[in-house]
Amino acid sequence: MSSLLEVKGLRVRLPTTSGLVTVVDGIDYEVERGQVFGIAGESGSGKTISVLALLGLLPDGAEVEGSARFENQDLLTLGRRSLREIRGREIAMVFQDPLTSLHPMMTIERQLTEHVRYHLGLDGTKARVRAVELLQQVRIPDPAGALGAYPHQFSGGMRQRIAIAIALACGPRLLIADEPTTALDVTVQAGILRLLDGLRRQSGLSVIMITHDLGVMSSIADWLSVMYAGRVIESGPTAEVLARPRHPYTAGLLAALPHPEAAEDTPLVSIFGAPPSPYARPAGCAFHPRCTFAIASCATDVPGLLDVGDGRRLACPVDPLLVRA
Amino acid sequence: MSLLELREVEVEYRRAGRSPVRAVAGATLSVDAGQVVGLVGETGCGKSSLARAAVGLLAPTAGSVWFEGRQVRPLGRRARSRTDARLQMVFQNPFSSLNPRRRVGDQIADAMAILNLVPAGNRRARVSGLLEQVGLPAAAAMRFPHQYSGGQRQRIAIARALAAEPSVIVLDEPLSSLDASAQAQVANLLKGLARELQVGLLLISHDLAIVRHVADTVAVMYLGLVVETAPTRRLWTAPLHPYTEALIEAIPRADGSGWLPESLPGEVPDPAHPPAGCRFHPRCPYAFERCRTDSPPLVEIVDGRHVACWLHERGDAERPPSQFARRTSAVVSAGGDQIHRV
Repeated sequence: MSSLLEVKGLRVRLPTTSGLVTVVDGIDYEVERGQVFGIAGESGSGKTISVLALLGLLPDGAEVEGSARFENQDLLTLGRRSLREIRGREIAMVFQDPLTSLHPMMTIERQLTEHVRYHLGLDGTKARVRAVELLQQVRIPDPAGALGAYPHQFSGGMRQRIAIAIALACGPRLLIADEPTTALDVTVQAGILRLLDGLRRQSGLSVIMITHDLGVMSSIADWLSVMYAGRVIESGPTAEVLARPRHPYTAGLLAALPHPEAAEDTPLVSIFGAPPSPYARPAGCAFHPRCTFAIASCATDVPGLLDVGDGRRLACPVDPLLVRA
Repeated sequence: MSLLELREVEVEYRRAGRSPVRAVAGATLSVDAGQVVGLVGETGCGKSSLARAAVGLLAPTAGSVWFEGRQVRPLGRRARSRTDARLQMVFQNPFSSLNPRRRVGDQIADAMAILNLVPAGNRRARVSGLLEQVGLPAAAAMRFPHQYSGGQRQRIAIARALAAEPSVIVLDEPLSSLDASAQAQVANLLKGLARELQVGLLLISHDLAIVRHVADTVAVMYLGLVVETAPTRRLWTAPLHPYTEALIEAIPRADGSGWLPESLPGEVPDPAHPPAGCRFHPRCPYAFERCRTDSPPLVEIVDGRHVACWLHERGDAERPPSQFARRTSAVVSAGGDQIHRV
């Protein structure tokens, strides 16, 4: 079976006051059916822009190259109208902050039924029944009562559940979740992760999960791509990448995390320096100024993302795992 | 007596036409020199209200705050005394807490001038020293905040707090707006400063995992009350309160094991109408009859460990509630999401 989404050579340039800036610099990935595909990276690494490009949600003047094959269509060449048919129906999106992604002045019912009325042509009564079903699916207590309420009457976790219900309204094949739990408390985050995990198991939903939180990735993503400065620097099965990171950046990110089972008084090992801004990305490997393994060629040649076996790919000529061995 | 002491502090917000909200319902906490105290809890538990009361930005409705042996009075129009200025605060968002139109060095030098700590001629050198202490080049003094990333700005905010030569700094979510690598850098910096300068830190955060790396002692808040305090390592190895246990189990681990964190059933109740008895009982998997009617006091179970939970009695061994639940005659499930325990 072929994959649901296949992105090749995606490159995005965004207009700024100082001309076009390359934010996403040639990335490839595939999302399989029923799989959670994770895109990890720090802020400014281009992870959000890379998916907004698929949905045609970039600002005017943005330049996009490459291809994104979804169900035998290339999302990047579709016209506005066809893209609109796919957006919300075939591919839905959930954003970080449900307080800004939900409309504050519209009832939950209106926000939940808008999609099904537009895309599926359901009438008022049927749409309402569907809305109650959806709220049940995301485990909102008293779904019928919740329909008449406004977003501010719910807690952050409940709002995010409602935003997920809206995304699921038309039974999409692909759900793109951009930092869906970052604004939430850990106990609430755990609930949302369990909800997403249940959804993909029950309905075969594919999910692109974007987050900087490798703990979240570990619990939910099957496959993981780590981005740095607009490029994918490492990818592979999540369990493998997190247990045995091969790129110095991935290894550094993991070392910087507080680990629940770490020994007492271990200082966090941080990567020195800060990620480069898209305006001034270093030549060669963008990570080389912060890398302790860098060799001469890192400063001049951009390392390609190459297969290293076991489904893993790596963009690093040094491969620290081999150095240590 | 500790440097900073909060005794039975209550903070109540009055609302026109509606019942008042008791955001903090009697919290006791202390910070010593060179000690890092972590205050953790989820959104709406009252930790930020407690922080604001601790530095006098908010008048407690009841209880009192003591700093260096004197009671902290709410901030008025007059400038703070030199003593009160030894209690400093760092805010969550360094993008809004720094003045975008003034040079970094000028903002740091303010405290020195206002409090007359450093003669005018020596201020520039002192600013350079502070910047280096927080890991920034001395040249940063001449630049503006927008030229720095979030992590660097938070360092500037810390340098500015240090300029007042504080003995205690209250930090409200200083790490939560930062990326992982910046977070680790600032966390290490804070720990180092506490050791080196013997400054007491009250670190408020919703992130238990990061607090673990920085704090010597942790206080856990739930719905306006401190439910558990303990030395950090012991809190982690054997949480006594069911809420602490739930918080620890909800933290995702980046080990590639695919382990899904446990979710806590239900929602944080409205602080204007807290549940009777123990405030955690509607969500507690171990709740029994007494929890529904009587509110458990915060008692010392063993040396240095306090917990407000009927499962534990003075002198009990340090065991997490999952190993203790047998004591209760009828363990009730809180319903909602499934609860799995190994």
